[in-house]
Amino acid sequence: MTGQMPRPPDPVRMTGESSAELGRPAEGAAARLRQTPGAVGPFLTESRLNVAGVAIVALVLLLAVFGPLIAPQNPNQVNLLAVLQPPSVHYWFGTDNLGRDLFSRVLAGTRISVEVAVIILSLSVTLGTALGIVSGLAGGLVDEIVMRVTDLFLAFPGFILAAAIAATLGPSLPHTVLALAVVFWPWYTRLIRGQVLSLREREFVLAARVARAGTVWIATRHVARNVLAILVVQVSLDVGYAILATSSLSFLGLGAQPPSPEWGAIIAEGRSYIQTAWWWSTFAGIALALTVLGFNLLGDGLRDWIDPRLRGSIGGLQE
Amino acid sequence: MGMLIARRLAFMVFVLWGITLVTFFLSHVVPGNPARLMAGPQASPSQVAHISRIYGLTDPLFVQYGRYMRDLSQGNLGFSFVTRRDVRTDIATFLPATVELAGYALVIGFVLAVVTGTVAAYRRGTAADAAGRLTAIAGLSLPVFWLALLLQLLFHTELGWLPLGGRLDPGVTPPPHITGLLTVDSLLTGNINTFVNAAEHLVLPVVVLAAGVYGLMVRIMRTSVLDSLGEEYVRTAEAKGLSRWRVLRRHVLRNAMLPAVTVLGLEFGLLAAGVFVVESVFQWPGLGNYAFQAIQANDYNATLGATFVIAVMYVVINLIVDIAYLYLDPRIRYA
Repeated sequence: MTGQMPRPPDPVRMTGESSAELGRPAEGAAARLRQTPGAVGPFLTESRLNVAGVAIVALVLLLAVFGPLIAPQNPNQVNLLAVLQPPSVHYWFGTDNLGRDLFSRVLAGTRISVEVAVIILSLSVTLGTALGIVSGLAGGLVDEIVMRVTDLFLAFPGFILAAAIAATLGPSLPHTVLALAVVFWPWYTRLIRGQVLSLREREFVLAARVARAGTVWIATRHVARNVLAILVVQVSLDVGYAILATSSLSFLGLGAQPPSPEWGAIIAEGRSYIQTAWWWSTFAGIALALTVLGFNLLGDGLRDWIDPRLRGSIGGLQE
Repeated sequence: MGMLIARRLAFMVFVLWGITLVTFFLSHVVPGNPARLMAGPQASPSQVAHISRIYGLTDPLFVQYGRYMRDLSQGNLGFSFVTRRDVRTDIATFLPATVELAGYALVIGFVLAVVTGTVAAYRRGTAADAAGRLTAIAGLSLPVFWLALLLQLLFHTELGWLPLGGRLDPGVTPPPHITGLLTVDSLLTGNINTFVNAAEHLVLPVVVLAAGVYGLMVRIMRTSVLDSLGEEYVRTAEAKGLSRWRVLRRHVLRNAMLPAVTVLGLEFGLLAAGVFVVESVFQWPGLGNYAFQAIQANDYNATLGATFVIAVMYVVINLIVDIAYLYLDPRIRYA
């Protein structure tokens, strides 16, 4: 497909694959992933943008875990003596109309966003992967039914479907998470099924079949391990999208509700004060934009690095 | 090829039916009484019950669904409880505003992405290439609603250059309805002032929407230009002594555009989500805003109508893309 795509000279990575493996991304990608400890260096030296992605993601994860320890105040602590204070040494990101410290709120929002992404992706990846493997291995009627159902989901803009589901269930953060998981899983089913179909004909799976290994054994021992690499790339691309979609829904009033310090909700609250208190929405937005940027840089870099031939878009949700 | 298109058409019908099924049951299991919404807060319980009976809201769900599908097959989308008009009339009113907004965003984002992607491919490994990658990822990472607020703050509140939202200033008379696209209609009727006013209102929402379109397209364009550059027909063209520009235009771009066209379907999904948020922030009287308000008010005929129209457009665009692809690539056409 893109065999002639010019690449920067990097013998370590390029000689890892023989030409016989072209068009079989999973195998080469899995091999790449297995050399992980020694291979992190090349990934970082490939591009400064990869370094930036890793650094941002690491920072976000650290803040999600340790944020509450370094937050100067309780994120919901009202202080009517310090209402709408601009950023200062005392209040780094300023305060809102109830005198709540916005730095502490944005920090607390980091944990919410990371948790939300973890839950959405755990749900959709588990369901999507399981169905994809079953569909790919079983074939026949099962495959047909699963594929038509995913077609249905993929034939409609996911964000609007998620908004409708969230509104139906009633606006709250858990409902938003559920709604996004519902629209995310078909992408994983598609991705994994495609991988399984190509793996199914590979020698080691055929050999396992000849050796009378059961379908469950083949699925867990041979197939799941080999689709892992592709899955890692896709998940890292989708984390940013999951966080962004959650915040968008919260901003529209269909997700997290006040006084939750979810970033989208903070931006929505600050919206009517944007002319007098610019800092209110601005810092939460910077945190959100940087976080999504970090995960997208990481995912995009990982994809190029694991398999230069992989095509598609950035930002998740692709073929 | 005819077979393929027939299969795609059958699939399209299946998808549209599935979408009505999902959205219908989704919107009808919501706790909330549309009859009460319609009757108004002052209505007595018997009046509410009366309205429920008139609209068949007490019937079992599948009966209501059957009735909805019958109406839909006759092109009737029902009555909006909030605007108190036909949903079809509402959509006809609001759709042009969205088409105008999304159309400009698509064209501008697409053109910028083609230029950036091509430059990045020709200058791969340089700072220009990295800048292309960074701007592309940034275009997809910036929260649409936040970017919209910041641009409003800068260009409206601080600089006073551009309006805050809406399609026209309140004092400006809209041009006579020809296409429904204000910039087009005002030009057709020779009304330059209205055109300028409409264009000013378009700038910010279009920029915000175009950022996503651009982000999605740049890397695909870059990859496919790189592919083309490695092909033998390009080497042949260069060997013939054709100018660099001619090689780019006639040989590289013409082939590189093919994968880009297939992404248009994905772009539409992105635009639909973007429109939903952007129209809300900019008070843009379009379909996204209409759908959002309908969802919030549990106005299910309007919700169903709007989602159905969006689904039809999405499916039709993907069908056109598929057929265009078959047509553009002879290897598939004759396979």
